[in-house]
Amino acid sequence: MAERDQPPIQDAGLTNQLADVPHRFIPQPILEPGHSFASITDHISSIILRRKTPIGWMIGFGISLLGLGILNVTIAKLLFVGVGIWGINHPVGWGFDILNFVWWIGIGHAGTLISAILLLLHQEWRTSINRFAEAMTLFAVAAAGLYPALHTGRPWFDYWLFPYPNTMAIWPQFRSPLMWDVFAVSTYAIVSLLFWYVGLIPDLATLRDRAGNKVARIIYGMGSLGWRGSAKHWHRYEHAYLLLAGLSTPLVLSVHTIVSFDFAVALLPGWHATFFPPYFVAGAIVAGFAMVLTLAIPLRKAFKLEGFITTKHLENMGKVMLATGLMVFYSYAVELFMAYYSGDPFERYTFINRLTGPYKHMWYALIICNGLAPNLMWVRRFRTSPMMLFITAQFVNVGMWLERFVIIPSSLSRDFLPSSWGTYHGTRWDWSMYIGSIGLFLFLLFLFIRFLPMISIFEMRTMLPEAQAHSAEEQH
Amino acid sequence: MAVGKRIEGLYGVIAEFHDAQELLTAANRTREAGYTSIDAFSPFPIHGLSDAIGFKHTKLSAIVLVTGILGGAGGFFMCWFANVIHYPLNIGGKPFNSWPAWIPITFETTVLLAAFGAVFGMLALNGLPMPYHPVFNVSRFEQASRDRFFLVIQARDPKFELKGVRDFLDSLHPREVTDVPW
Repeated sequence: MAERDQPPIQDAGLTNQLADVPHRFIPQPILEPGHSFASITDHISSIILRRKTPIGWMIGFGISLLGLGILNVTIAKLLFVGVGIWGINHPVGWGFDILNFVWWIGIGHAGTLISAILLLLHQEWRTSINRFAEAMTLFAVAAAGLYPALHTGRPWFDYWLFPYPNTMAIWPQFRSPLMWDVFAVSTYAIVSLLFWYVGLIPDLATLRDRAGNKVARIIYGMGSLGWRGSAKHWHRYEHAYLLLAGLSTPLVLSVHTIVSFDFAVALLPGWHATFFPPYFVAGAIVAGFAMVLTLAIPLRKAFKLEGFITTKHLENMGKVMLATGLMVFYSYAVELFMAYYSGDPFERYTFINRLTGPYKHMWYALIICNGLAPNLMWVRRFRTSPMMLFITAQFVNVGMWLERFVIIPSSLSRDFLPSSWGTYHGTRWDWSMYIGSIGLFLFLLFLFIRFLPMISIFEMRTMLPEAQAHSAEEQH
Repeated sequence: MAVGKRIEGLYGVIAEFHDAQELLTAANRTREAGYTSIDAFSPFPIHGLSDAIGFKHTKLSAIVLVTGILGGAGGFFMCWFANVIHYPLNIGGKPFNSWPAWIPITFETTVLLAAFGAVFGMLALNGLPMPYHPVFNVSRFEQASRDRFFLVIQARDPKFELKGVRDFLDSLHPREVTDVPW
């Protein structure tokens, strides 16, 4: 990370030197000038250790608790009555449950992308957003995992999904994409947790050394595993971190690929397409960046983190959202073209039905949200405006949900035999489950920002120019 | 005190520095002076510091390679054993040994075990978790996780001699030199 072409910090001299250059060509800083190792440490750790709990946090946490309560009531009802409380039927056996599973899993992908792929690509601006993006991944995967677990109908037997020695002498069917999904999602959850925790260890040591309260010292001390910043430890640590990034990169691509196999391997018109994996991965990235923006913009405002999460970060995320949004839009076009080009009447009908059938308003809303709205990001003024970024991100959040609705119920409700056609609508329990899972996500997120550093302290220290030291041999 | 003899109750002598460059220079000079049992502490990873204290290689890559191969082989074996040997299901006369269908699971178990190897291997090689360490006895060491840099010469170093080591560390222009008790 030491070598890179551009200076990571904009110094005062650079601005004067470039005084006659138009403003937009001057490199934007990724860390506000004037920070030191101490000020970075103090600012980020004081959010957790010093300040009284802000009233805004209390209100947000209260709202998330309400959502969590709705989730609990829904799950209790589901366990007593069964999946019949949802809108699923024949032929639409996958409704909101799978739709929301894919939506949440997709959102999770940006965290790993930021923490692993951008690390390998030496994108230093990732440093101030990777920690909470990784946390977002974990919480999104937790929310996602609820759905298939409950959709099995008898969730108390979910452990049958795992290969374990059993007296029934049976094994899971490893040729099924649904089993691939079990392995992909559980591996993803575990590896993301490890990656996040490894990143936290040095920061937990900082909190251990700075906490005034004895209980906090002990808890953070246990979490830090006795980290003391030894050069040998750092050497192995950085090695392990890079290896984890290298492992997570193909992993994150594999997860949404395998999620897309759940559909692509089925023979259903509208699902059975070889290009589903890249289409789903691009969708996951745009969804994830939209969610990172949704969280980052209010957080930087509330906790005065504009010096760490600068306009440059927001602009870069806007660019990623634009690029992946266009890939997704292209995928919609390819999907339509391939339906026409396949010559298959069932395939063609599925797409005519999407554009003109009972769910056509979903499809048009999808095109507005995912096809048109991200194009606002072509305009620099919008990319650098937190308000416009936030609004665009909301369009994408809704758009990605609509995309999965268009793929799942609209394809399932019109398969090969007109005699088995049906319609699908989410019931109020579907909606309460969805709202509840958002509550769970926010609940975990509020706990995270209160008790753990939402920006990686030690990695921010390395962004300062004085973090770069050189041996005598290197200097000449 | 004889040279190279273990001093009761003393872990080593520690010097505190103000910035990364001072620590790196001091670490290089300490190694060049012939000390071998040395360690440096910093609030963030410093490029070249592990070389400066004479630490070159880590076995971590080999560990991750081995655990990754074990994960891949184990995952594939599990699918093969279940679907071919232990619980074969004849579906339309399709072959039992349908290995392409097991690649996704093989890939996931490879990544999972390699990640375990990376994380638990790193922690094991680093000797973590280790709640107590003598350097924590130095009260200013708390700053090592904020903005201070430390260099320790351990008492078990063959060249260790208390007065000589204190004087040597003083010559590196540290902010402070302190003895580290066990």
